[in-house]
Amino acid sequence: MKVLTIHDLKTIRKRAEGTLLLREESNEAVTEQCCGLALGTEHLQILICGGTGCKASDSHIIAERLQQALEKNNIADKVDIITTGCFGFCEKGPIVKIIPDNTFYTQVVPDDADEIVGEHIIGGRKIERLLYIDPKTEKTVSDSKHMDFYRKQMRIALRNCGFIDPENIEEYIALDGYMALADSLLHKKPEEVIDVIKRSGLRGRGGGGFPTGKKWEFAHKQQADMKYVVCNADEGDPGAFMDRSIMEGDPHSIVEAMAVCGYSIGSPKGLVYIRAEYPLAIQRLKIAIAQAREYGLLGKNIFGTDFSFDIEIRYGAGAFVCGEETALIHSMEGKRGEPTLKPPFPAEAGYLGKPTNVNNVETLANIPIILTKGAEWFASIGTERSKGTKVFALAGKINNVGLIEVPMGTTLREVIYEIGGGIKGGKKFKAVQTGGPSGGCLTEKHLDTPIDFDNLLAEGSMMGSGGMIVMDEDDCMVSVSRFYLDFTVEESCGKCTPCRIGNKRLLELLNKITEGRGTMKDLDALSTLGKVIKDTALCGLGQTSPNPVLSTLNNFYDEYVEHVRDKTCRAKQCKSLLTYTINPELCIGCHLCFKHCPADAILGDVRKPHVINPDKCIKCGMCMARCKFKAINVV
Amino acid sequence: MEEKQITLQIDRHYITVPEGSTILEAARKIGIDIPTLCHIDLKGTCVKNNPASCRICVVEVEGRRNLAPACATRCTEGMVVRTSTLRVMNARKVVAELILSDHPNDCLTCPKCGNCELQTLALRFNIRRMPYNGGELSPRKREVTSSIVRNMDKCIFCRRCESVCNEVQTVGALGAIRRGFNTTIAPAFDKMMSDSECTYCGQCVAVCPVGALTERDHTNRLLLDLENPDKVVIVQTAPAVRAALGEEFGLPAGTLVTGKMVYALRELGFDYVFDTDFAADLTIMEEGAEILNRLTRYMNGDKSVRLPILTSCCPAWVNFFEHHFPDMLDIPSTARSPQQMFGSIAKTFWAEKMGIPREKLVVVSIMPCLAKKYECDRNEFKTDGSPDVDYSISTRELARLIRRANVGFTLLTDKEFDHPMGASTGAGVIFGTTGGVMEAALRSVYEIYTGRTLENVNFEQVRGLAGVRRATIDLDGFELKVGIAHGLGNARQLLEDIRHGRNEYHVIEIMACPGGCIGGGGQPLHHGNSEVLYARANALYREDAQKPLRKSHENPYIKTLYEEYLGKPLSETAERLLHTHYFNKAID
Repeated sequence: MKVLTIHDLKTIRKRAEGTLLLREESNEAVTEQCCGLALGTEHLQILICGGTGCKASDSHIIAERLQQALEKNNIADKVDIITTGCFGFCEKGPIVKIIPDNTFYTQVVPDDADEIVGEHIIGGRKIERLLYIDPKTEKTVSDSKHMDFYRKQMRIALRNCGFIDPENIEEYIALDGYMALADSLLHKKPEEVIDVIKRSGLRGRGGGGFPTGKKWEFAHKQQADMKYVVCNADEGDPGAFMDRSIMEGDPHSIVEAMAVCGYSIGSPKGLVYIRAEYPLAIQRLKIAIAQAREYGLLGKNIFGTDFSFDIEIRYGAGAFVCGEETALIHSMEGKRGEPTLKPPFPAEAGYLGKPTNVNNVETLANIPIILTKGAEWFASIGTERSKGTKVFALAGKINNVGLIEVPMGTTLREVIYEIGGGIKGGKKFKAVQTGGPSGGCLTEKHLDTPIDFDNLLAEGSMMGSGGMIVMDEDDCMVSVSRFYLDFTVEESCGKCTPCRIGNKRLLELLNKITEGRGTMKDLDALSTLGKVIKDTALCGLGQTSPNPVLSTLNNFYDEYVEHVRDKTCRAKQCKSLLTYTINPELCIGCHLCFKHCPADAILGDVRKPHVINPDKCIKCGMCMARCKFKAINVV
Repeated sequence: MEEKQITLQIDRHYITVPEGSTILEAARKIGIDIPTLCHIDLKGTCVKNNPASCRICVVEVEGRRNLAPACATRCTEGMVVRTSTLRVMNARKVVAELILSDHPNDCLTCPKCGNCELQTLALRFNIRRMPYNGGELSPRKREVTSSIVRNMDKCIFCRRCESVCNEVQTVGALGAIRRGFNTTIAPAFDKMMSDSECTYCGQCVAVCPVGALTERDHTNRLLLDLENPDKVVIVQTAPAVRAALGEEFGLPAGTLVTGKMVYALRELGFDYVFDTDFAADLTIMEEGAEILNRLTRYMNGDKSVRLPILTSCCPAWVNFFEHHFPDMLDIPSTARSPQQMFGSIAKTFWAEKMGIPREKLVVVSIMPCLAKKYECDRNEFKTDGSPDVDYSISTRELARLIRRANVGFTLLTDKEFDHPMGASTGAGVIFGTTGGVMEAALRSVYEIYTGRTLENVNFEQVRGLAGVRRATIDLDGFELKVGIAHGLGNARQLLEDIRHGRNEYHVIEIMACPGGCIGGGGQPLHHGNSEVLYARANALYREDAQKPLRKSHENPYIKTLYEEYLGKPLSETAERLLHTHYFNKAID
């Protein structure tokens, strides 16, 4: 159905509301009573996570098997299977959720399908073994809203992820989708829309934190025959998947936001720059764009106004630096993906030299809801200078790995110990790395810092796009900074000297230190060189690339000194600094280590204690892994 | 509209500059010499490289978190800039040390030693040790082509060559490939330059601040030939050389050193010292006849005549249209370049006259150009594998040779060229600057076409350094429309127009290098100072003005050559010895 007027949109909303109502009500329900056809439930829905993570664990096969089971039992008409976007709790995926009792099944496999249908859908009995077990109480939790992982979250950007079918535009419309666009086009001047965004206090979620409203205003004020709206979907931080999840789970929010932005700045053309490694996100976006066109929500004269807008997708080849907006624009133009000096800002001279507004996916996902709920609502969330929420990809040595969204101002402690469920294996927390390769490592003493743009920057890290990697006592901080630097060296475009050569030299210094060849002078050199790179590099990538080194030098100087002076690595990560020995008291001479040593470094006769020849030992750890008597020591 | 002015503070000085000026431009106006490396802006031409990537020119701008590149940061009202604080000087030094850490330390044997911008910076920044040396060097290629030597391990990635090759020349042979530490400048897919669309114009060499791109050096080969008693070694010198050679010996740009140069060449041991200007006059005879021929046929209603006619003296330009415009090979004049006309006449007419067998005669050319080296190698300019011009030496190589041979160049007196091939008119001299070939052709075409004497031989309207110039010349009522382009990017524009039927010209002169041959890839380095080019051009016009004869067809030795040997322009012998044909060299 083509949407011509706001009335048409409301008609669709009304029509689609029904299916969503069941989900909304069950989300708010207080009881955890099980539902099932045998218990008289008339209609059920099965939500299955269709995000990349769960799909990689066969969630699409689970969906097929469930459908087959329904058909076998002749109940396909009473139960809907809906593939949604990411639920966020990736640690426990694939996730299957039963509506209306809101049962949250974790780590489901295709073979569970028959049981889910037979036991739960028909029989009305929850399958205990698939329920989440709270690690603290060791009791099962059936409804996700009672899980620590979800309790402290506030899902604004992720509002529809794991809730609607991203391939069905009507489900999006049912939740007020495209109302913000309608309202803007029909009742607001571009300046008024920009004013709402400005007052909301929304800042760019891609890392820089530039006020979005100001950015729009800048582009709006430019006089030009053509302007462009660009969605930066070139998510590149290692381990980050916030943007991917939004595009997979709620692509229409991006389409709508880009159209609103187009109206506000006076642009008829939107471009999504997305990395080709995101096939599912691309597919969902393509479907969303096609549906929006079909419904008349993209194209000529939207809602009968003289505003026309369309979106094209451009693919990136996966270069980290292409997330930098000028490099992104050059890449879209078919040029080498390299940044250029700002000013001129893209808002003045961007894609093909025309004023261009570049926003990140998560930023855009906030736009429609800000416009429907109001600037004041959004501004009431968060801290003084950072409003709203932030999505983080929580990873590393933490119990609940996944995608989370919290209000700005939430402390690191809340994120790590409540939402994240604490450190894996009960180990000791050491550091949390935020901001990806551009960020830094924060320690115990920063745990009560409320997370926002300015606080993280003040502590020597940054918000970045939202990667958050937790480290425990087994992590070597020198190795961690080397890991990030290795990444930036790999991803540097090579244009400016400090980034091209400086980071390489920093990496060489770190290699030297982790290999036990470092000197105290090298530590000074790390710091001097790091600071010059920050001071002189051309783009954001280069200017922030030494952050992991500088922040670990700052917070873990002792550990660096140990590597250099004592030639030891307390986390036992730096192979070159380790020595393997055999405790003759415990060795029974079983000869197992001898057999498995790939370097022939172990000497000894059967039933007599063995020894390791340190000259031959390659420190692979094979002997230690094989020894059944804990006779191998490493220091 | 009046330009908006902006006042800012740089160090202790206040300065007002037009809006849009960079910090670097503002600072230079008040004598603050901020060091640069990747930046080059040859004012008045289109040669510009401004990537702000080397980070040598960083300065402190009050209110900014990090340092700003002076070359690309625009001045704003009330800006406070500091160019020499400890923070700035330290940052610059570290950046220079980083560049040096990925650079081979072989300055003493580098062809750019003493003329290298990186070396100059190292000296200026007082770098006394290399703290980051010992690290890995980025993997780079080496290549020796007939004109250019590519030694990319010396490349500092300033990308001047890339800008010149792509933006100025629109050749597109060089570009950045790979990324990060492994980035290098190379033809696409890391092919060899000789397999690329390179025209050997040598402009990349002309702007390379270090020894990554240099000329193919033939000086050792020349020394062997000069030493060989069985060889007769003769030399021809291109017009632009005399206007620039003096710079290599500390003389001001624009000093004419024709006589000194001839003396020095004799000192080096050449048996005869001739002038390419002679062959330039000959070129005008042939090319002029071709112009007149096509024009006459055109005016007589012959629809098959291809107009405009394009000059063909510039070998890089010939390579360019063979690569990029193979559908238009019938448009350029078929006249060989002066270098090749000289070689051809020297090894036939002159050699016969002197009784020197071809295998004993070595013809060397001194050229402002690197493409000339490639031109010598072209098969169509060889007889049984023996080239008409054996090899070409650039102005820079000649200077090196003069120094090596202990010749005190500045102290030399003036000597005259040998005859007959040392005699030339002013028309031949101005071949060395953009517009010169056109002016020389007009002087002869006018007189031959109208049958009247030209009152004023100075065609001011075709002179200057504007990228594309047009003029209309009245030939007894016929309005001859001429165009001049220098720089291959400008040439491309004209050619695209012709390709799409938007031609407005009868005759077009094209020179590949900005400024023409005076700005050639083999000339002393201008290091971004365009005043040098203006001075060289003026020197050539001065020499032209001093010449008793200023029209090619009045050169008495040219007349003799036609009387004794060639017959008349475009005769069968002339076609065989002085004309050529072109090849489709398009790369798929």
